[in-house]
Amino acid sequence: MTTIVNFIIGFLILAGALLFLIATFGVIRLPDVYTRNHAASKAATLGVMFVLLGTFLYFYSVEGHFNSRLILGIVFLFLTSPISGHLINRAAYNSGVKLWDQSVRDDLKEYHKKMQDDSSAD
Amino acid sequence: MAFQILLNVVLAFLWMFIKVAFDPISFIKGYLFGLLVMFLLRRFFRSRFYLYRVWAFIRLTFIFLRELVLSNIAIVKIVLKPKLDMRPGIFALETDLTKDWQITLLSSLITLTPGTLVIDVSEDNRTLFVHAMDIGEVEDEISSIKQTFEKAILEVSR
Repeated sequence: MTTIVNFIIGFLILAGALLFLIATFGVIRLPDVYTRNHAASKAATLGVMFVLLGTFLYFYSVEGHFNSRLILGIVFLFLTSPISGHLINRAAYNSGVKLWDQSVRDDLKEYHKKMQDDSSAD
Repeated sequence: MAFQILLNVVLAFLWMFIKVAFDPISFIKGYLFGLLVMFLLRRFFRSRFYLYRVWAFIRLTFIFLRELVLSNIAIVKIVLKPKLDMRPGIFALETDLTKDWQITLLSSLITLTPGTLVIDVSEDNRTLFVHAMDIGEVEDEISSIKQTFEKAILEVSR
């Protein structure tokens, strides 16, 4: 039983660390802000959640200590990281950061143009 | 829904007072009996019996977790591919949701879906602008996922 739990703990911590590594590779490799944000906001979130879950399981099974703050941390992270990804993206778009040159379409640009035409027509 | 939960707690306390036993076990017992009574009297409530909504919420949480894992697998695949041949882009997505919390939930779900990130919400809250990692081949698939998300969120708020 303890062996299985130890394997699960090891798997969670290692998988979390691997996800961090891949998120970092993504931030270095991908071409523009938006695609980098994909890597940073998703892979890093799940990585942190895995590591926190592994830590929680370790202290619960080895020391018998139920630390509810780790659970709260997981929940907070789960709720806030998509929002922060969205806000960074939105700030980047509104301050005029260009998309990658191989991007295929941009509906938001048309929308902004339409809004501007409407407001200048009023 | 909040009224039904409150009523259920009151029924549980009633049970504890009838039994003159003030411990968590009798609270749980009273809660379950109260649940049964409320289920039998469900046609007198204006909204649905609240367990349906709790169940829909639990299902939404599991959809959230599954999408998080799937999106990570997709990201890992794209990052570790030797050639960068994805075709990113921004597309508009019409939504039927009206309340603010529903739109927030939908955009969080979309952000955690494989290969999509919400950039902006239009002024009238009708359109979401989504940045997709690999547009074109996945667009139909993504829109079908949106249909399931929207349905799940509507199921919670019905």
